[in-house]
Amino acid sequence: MDLFRSIPVMTSALSASALPCMLTLVCAWLALGMMGWLRPRSIRFVARVLFPVGALVCVAVAVVAGVFLATGQVPETIVLPLGLPDLPFHTRLDPLSAFFLLVLGLAGTGISTFAAGYFRSGEGPAPALLGLHYHVFLAAMAMVILADDAYLFMVAWETMALSSYFLVTSHHRIPEIRSAGFLYLVMAHVGAICILLSFGVLQGGNWHFTFDAMRGASLTPSLATIAFLLALLGFGAKAGLVPMHVWLPEAHPAAPSPVSAMMSGLMLKTAIYGILRVSFDLLHLKLWWWGLLMLVMGLFSAMYGAIFAAVQSDMKRLLAYSSIENIGLIFTGIGLSIVFETHNLHLYAALALTAALVHALNHAFFKSLLFLVTGSVLHATKTRNLGKLGGLIRRMPWVAALALIGTLSIAGLPPFNGFVSEWLLLQSFLFTPQIASSFLNMLIPLGAAALALTAALAAYVMVKFYGVIFLGQPREADLVNAHDANWLERLGLGWLALGCILIGVLPQFAIGAAGAVTHHLLNQTVRPGSTMWWIAPIAPEQASYSGLILLAGIVAVVGVTFVLVRILAHGRIRRTAPWDCGYPWQTPRMQDTAEGFGQPIRHMFDVFFRIERHLPAPDDAAPRYRVAIEDRIWRGVYRPIARSVQWLADVISVLQGGRLAIYLLYSFLTLLGLLVFVL
Amino acid sequence: MRAISFLRQFVEIAVAIAIAPLFTGWIAQCRAWLQNRTAPPLWQPYRMLRKLFGKDVAMAHDASPLFRATPYVLFGTMVLAGAIIPSLVTDLPFARIADSIALIGLFATARVFLSLAAMDVGTAFGTMGARREMMIGFLAEPALLMVLFNAFLLFGSTALPSLVEGSKSPSSVVDPSVIFAAIAFLMVLLAENGRIPIDNPATHLELTMIHEAMILEYSGRHLALVEWAASLKLFNYACMGFALFIPWGIATHGSGETGALLIAVLALLAKLAVAGAVLALIETLSAKLRIFRAPEYLGMAFLLAVLGLLVHLLQGA
Repeated sequence: MDLFRSIPVMTSALSASALPCMLTLVCAWLALGMMGWLRPRSIRFVARVLFPVGALVCVAVAVVAGVFLATGQVPETIVLPLGLPDLPFHTRLDPLSAFFLLVLGLAGTGISTFAAGYFRSGEGPAPALLGLHYHVFLAAMAMVILADDAYLFMVAWETMALSSYFLVTSHHRIPEIRSAGFLYLVMAHVGAICILLSFGVLQGGNWHFTFDAMRGASLTPSLATIAFLLALLGFGAKAGLVPMHVWLPEAHPAAPSPVSAMMSGLMLKTAIYGILRVSFDLLHLKLWWWGLLMLVMGLFSAMYGAIFAAVQSDMKRLLAYSSIENIGLIFTGIGLSIVFETHNLHLYAALALTAALVHALNHAFFKSLLFLVTGSVLHATKTRNLGKLGGLIRRMPWVAALALIGTLSIAGLPPFNGFVSEWLLLQSFLFTPQIASSFLNMLIPLGAAALALTAALAAYVMVKFYGVIFLGQPREADLVNAHDANWLERLGLGWLALGCILIGVLPQFAIGAAGAVTHHLLNQTVRPGSTMWWIAPIAPEQASYSGLILLAGIVAVVGVTFVLVRILAHGRIRRTAPWDCGYPWQTPRMQDTAEGFGQPIRHMFDVFFRIERHLPAPDDAAPRYRVAIEDRIWRGVYRPIARSVQWLADVISVLQGGRLAIYLLYSFLTLLGLLVFVL
Repeated sequence: MRAISFLRQFVEIAVAIAIAPLFTGWIAQCRAWLQNRTAPPLWQPYRMLRKLFGKDVAMAHDASPLFRATPYVLFGTMVLAGAIIPSLVTDLPFARIADSIALIGLFATARVFLSLAAMDVGTAFGTMGARREMMIGFLAEPALLMVLFNAFLLFGSTALPSLVEGSKSPSSVVDPSVIFAAIAFLMVLLAENGRIPIDNPATHLELTMIHEAMILEYSGRHLALVEWAASLKLFNYACMGFALFIPWGIATHGSGETGALLIAVLALLAKLAVAGAVLALIETLSAKLRIFRAPEYLGMAFLLAVLGLLVHLLQGA
């Protein structure tokens, strides 16, 4: 009893000192990473002890962030006496950072629990290194979110990039993984430079790099635009916005599955956090066309990602493209929010931003869940190729059941969580006719149509994903030996699946948490609804949705129907062979393949692809059918850039003669030049 | 008061479940007349359901629990959709569960479950049907959304009861954009319910099937539920069309109790009779399209809906 009575006291104490708690928890992650060196070769110690403790720290982070969002919401700042002399680290916890820490903690719990069961001895790098990189990665993400000056932000951002790079290249003996890691590192740094430059513009001439100073700086619209565009470029490169997305489908499949889950579910969210921090908090003005730009880029990314996901035959690449799609949806929401905000429609701006934030939370859940599922499938079958999978629902019933929840969520189907955010986003699109600009009025409804197309394409993609992996007949003989995930893995998957259901059924809490953010950033919140049963963001007679009653209704009708059918009819089942259409020699190879499932998309959207197809001749004795699909952006944008960089390097390398006398001559000429300059 | 509204809700669900096969039977009858065939009796679908419920289920060896659960899920989602759509009265306790956008989502849930079940046994036809069904789905959804956008512009709501009440209010005049939206909706309705010109519900050729290919493996009571759910889906779409475009007769707030309900039932039956005849006429006059003409067909539906939207916006400007 005393315990319950003390909870309010504890929460009030916690909300008053949320930031110290958070920093302590970050230190706990770092300590856990270091502790791997106590027994560096023991996967049992690192995975079975440190990772579960790390998961508990994630829970604590989520609790602290949640309590802060629910009660305090007063920004807290702490200046840490670390860093360079005269440049201490500033940290700050406000609703925006608390929301993203909540995402980090909630999804991180599931991923760390799964990871505890996932890493096996004899695979990948030394256990101590793995634990170190993993926990440093988590801590760096938290510090990115907590940073309150550009210096700490960039340090944390780079730490995040480097630790994840080492995680991506865990299996660095495979050449493809090395090159994927290199591409990731290059893109991460191009992005980091843009962010650094953006901060350079944001300080507005007073040369103070704390975020507080940047909030106070007054920029001219053109300087603000430069800062915004640089931030969009930098954070867009991290988030995987088209055309900066090229690293994503390479790096995500290369990483071990829990790392892919962290990168896709959590790291991409730090980029969302960054763009929100810059455009809604640090910049004191916004221009409407920034929003339109983000909206268009977001929608294009969403469609692009969905279309490319539909034609993949590697299950992790498919999910990586689907991440591009979801990030696109989040950017769409943010862009729409800016458009509304600049047209003084504050409530609708809050609605669109709420949709974006809730989608970020949802994406952390279902994408982590599905990446972890691919990990279990990979362990059980040793292949990522969809063409060699199939029928796993009968061998891995646990993973299949939990994956089904993730599949339905990501496909945006009610009553699961993905639907809630897509619904909110569509609702906010409905109010675009109120914008006082006839140009936008006509343009943006088409955006809503693109959104609907993307959502429906996502369903197509996920039916392909689930159907080809888990349903049908096993396409390879040795799939009958596939085994289900172990209990820690199931626990991690179950946690994420539970989140997918709970956010879908009771979205009020997620919307409330996002409401704290919109209140902080826009001074406006959408009410989740008048009662706890419905969500009705603007007005109940205008639109309402209740995932809980929907789920209860379906369950009730299904239950009643089942009982009635059993009572009034019967329950007899006769097992037979499937209908073979008069051709009894069917093999599992005659099932539709992943490529076949993607064929209509290839046919309809062929402008997006560069397809190389080799068709066998009709009389070919050993026919081979080969089709390769390439990203046009890769060939059209990145190859020329790579080539010109190579050319430039060749030109510059003329300087590098390799003879000492010439280098001394360079030094001498430089000194001479400097002397002339000084005199 | 509350009990009465729940009673109304119950009546509406019961009417939907009971009438849906009748509507399917009526379309089949009209089609047979138009094609100079002897028509099956109106209650043929009920006979078929009774026969199927009596039969054993013949199920493939490898069918998973997902396969067995899907018929119930389909039936459940369709009944719930019937409870949400105001086909007789607008004052329904369930109507607020989902607005029309969420209703599209509910239909999508049913579609995804059916497609997954079709892929479960692993026959070539099932997977092919699933792929095609999902393709039609993602082409139809943008067009349907544009129709709803249009309705939102006219009446400021996406909740079907508010739409019905808005369009029934005496002040509203017929907006030209409605006509475009109505044609677009009709095209989507045909495509989503597996009717000609996208799919042929009476086909026996596996290669051209969509819906029938997906349910090839179902038999007995499972097939009965799937068929019933398909009838309910058609009925629900028709009622959604009535609510959006011809809401006459639907009992609204404050109208007299039993009398209004009786009128609503009669109006619904009359509208279904006309709609069934029109659908049969369309299906008789048009031929089935090749599957790769489907994007053009649904693209046209989408363009019509956008045209309606632009007409409305230009009028306002």
